Amino acid sequence: MPAYTLKRTFVAFLILIVVSGLTFSLSHLSADPALTIGGEQASEEDIQAIRKLYGFDRPIYVQYFDWLGRALAGDFGESYHYKQRVFDMISERIGRTMLLGTLAILFALAVSIPLGTLAAMRPNSIIDRIALFIAVLGQALPTFWFALMMIIVFGVWWRWLPISGHTQWANYVMPTIALGYYATPALMRLTRAGMIEVLASDYIRTARAKGLSPASVLFKHALRNAIIPVVALAAVWFGFMLGGSIVIETIFNLKGIGWLSYDALLRSDLPVVQAIVLVFASFYVVLTLLADLLNAYLDPRISVR
Amino acid sequence: MASGVILEVENLRVDIPVAAGMLHPVRGIGFSVSRGETLCIVGESGCGKSLTSLAIMGLLPKTAQRTADRMDFLGRDIRHLGEREMARQRGGSMSMIFQEPMTSLNPSYTIGNQLAEVHLRHVGQNRTAARDRAVFLLEKVGISAAASRLGQYPHQLSGGQRQRVMIAMALMCGPELIIADEPTTALDVTIQAQILHLLAELQREFQMGMILITHDLGIVARVADKVQVMYAGKTVEEGPCETVFDAPMHPYTQGLLRCIPIPGLTRRGERLGSVPGIVPNLVGTLSGCMFRNRCDHARDACANMRDEPTHMGDGHAYTCLRAPEEILGERQAAGTP
Repeated sequence: MPAYTLKRTFVAFLILIVVSGLTFSLSHLSADPALTIGGEQASEEDIQAIRKLYGFDRPIYVQYFDWLGRALAGDFGESYHYKQRVFDMISERIGRTMLLGTLAILFALAVSIPLGTLAAMRPNSIIDRIALFIAVLGQALPTFWFALMMIIVFGVWWRWLPISGHTQWANYVMPTIALGYYATPALMRLTRAGMIEVLASDYIRTARAKGLSPASVLFKHALRNAIIPVVALAAVWFGFMLGGSIVIETIFNLKGIGWLSYDALLRSDLPVVQAIVLVFASFYVVLTLLADLLNAYLDPRISVR
Repeated sequence: MASGVILEVENLRVDIPVAAGMLHPVRGIGFSVSRGETLCIVGESGCGKSLTSLAIMGLLPKTAQRTADRMDFLGRDIRHLGEREMARQRGGSMSMIFQEPMTSLNPSYTIGNQLAEVHLRHVGQNRTAARDRAVFLLEKVGISAAASRLGQYPHQLSGGQRQRVMIAMALMCGPELIIADEPTTALDVTIQAQILHLLAELQREFQMGMILITHDLGIVARVADKVQVMYAGKTVEEGPCETVFDAPMHPYTQGLLRCIPIPGLTRRGERLGSVPGIVPNLVGTLSGCMFRNRCDHARDACANMRDEPTHMGDGHAYTCLRAPEEILGERQAAGTP
């Protein structure tokens, strides 16, 4: 296990370096950053001045290491548009996005694991059909449409929930459901498939032959083995949810990083976009690493392979 | 004798609805096992021997239907016990060892956890007692450094070691009856002998009743007190081990016996016998002797034979129409006992 942890951490570190390179080149591939900052009215002298000011005239690798060094220290530069420190802009909003993402993945797991387990216990029963229906619906409905429908029904018609903002807990209910429901089908079907396979295995027969209670057979012996792939997928989906909250945050006007990245993209605010991409990518790498380690803990055979 | 009887089964049947109709894999099996006695159920794949053991344990697939005229375990009728009550017996007073040691242990838990679990369930919530019992039994089944093995996972053990763990697990609560369903089939030949020897030794030591299910008559000869030969879901011959081996009456038993090499008698390079043909399909209404299509002695009358066993005394019985006249006559003519 320690050797496995070290190996996975090293791989994650290499991925982060590649990601940082890609993120950095993003700003230089899309357009000349000096032109973007200066705007259409800028004269040739203005552009030259901007290049000098931001250091765009230096060799690209010098710029990269300079950028990386400062990014590691938390300095992502200043927003072109708001003239604020990008670090402050992100740290002010990241909590909301994390909260939304965490709530959404917990919602998805809370729905999909029991539903998938029930469906697996009685394949092709009514419960299984209903679960399948919910899953297909979740896969077919676009998130933004589902979110808008919820706003109309719960926000406008029945006035149960606030439709925008981030100041109270009630603000998070609809965004959580909209975002979490999107992940439910995949997680549920993986739980169901895993459970069906595990319930037919020899060690479940052994557990029953030992006279264990049905709950112990189901939860201790079956579920733990069945949810190993679900854990890995949930980590990936959590990453998606942090990044994928762009649409949801925009619809519900929940001012997290998703909302910020939408705003920054519209304004070509490159330092902000760059920083957000780097932050999301790092989340993703760290989450994948955590999922690997959690998997190795759940299934001790993994760290041997 | 009667007081020592642990399990008594009469006319056990298992029926499973399948697409083609009703499958009858077990068609009226009866036997009894006493304390300290080993009953071997023998037969080729598909004769219903595994389903018989699962039927006793109450572990049949949900679609299977079980009926019996009698199923008394420790003097108690277990035919109509609910799942909860059956679960209390399983792993406690009756336990089972399976064919596949490689996949029969849960890969996610240490063997210590999986051993202790049975004890905690049936004996009581005392972790120290459960652990001590686990160490004691791991030593009994010949696993070295038993205490340090408790923290190991199944994938860290070999197939033979895993089967030893399964045996220890079956013994955790001091069962009266142990059912071993082809416990050595998946193992190397050298390991097979060790495991078998171990099972026989433990059975003697703890005075358990044992049902050993196998298709290997070589195993039977070494450990059985009683033998029951099954064919197509029925008992074709049963009796004390020595009697059945010395004077097999049913052509199927005779065929099986010709399949085992005997050290000293079978010459190097000599072809071993075989029973030609395959096991019949057991779907639908079945009548007559099911072995007649593979039997050298079969006559037309065999198709209408009723399943009434012929008793020879000493518990030896067989179900065959032809045995008295032809087979005995041929054996005398050939000069074999």
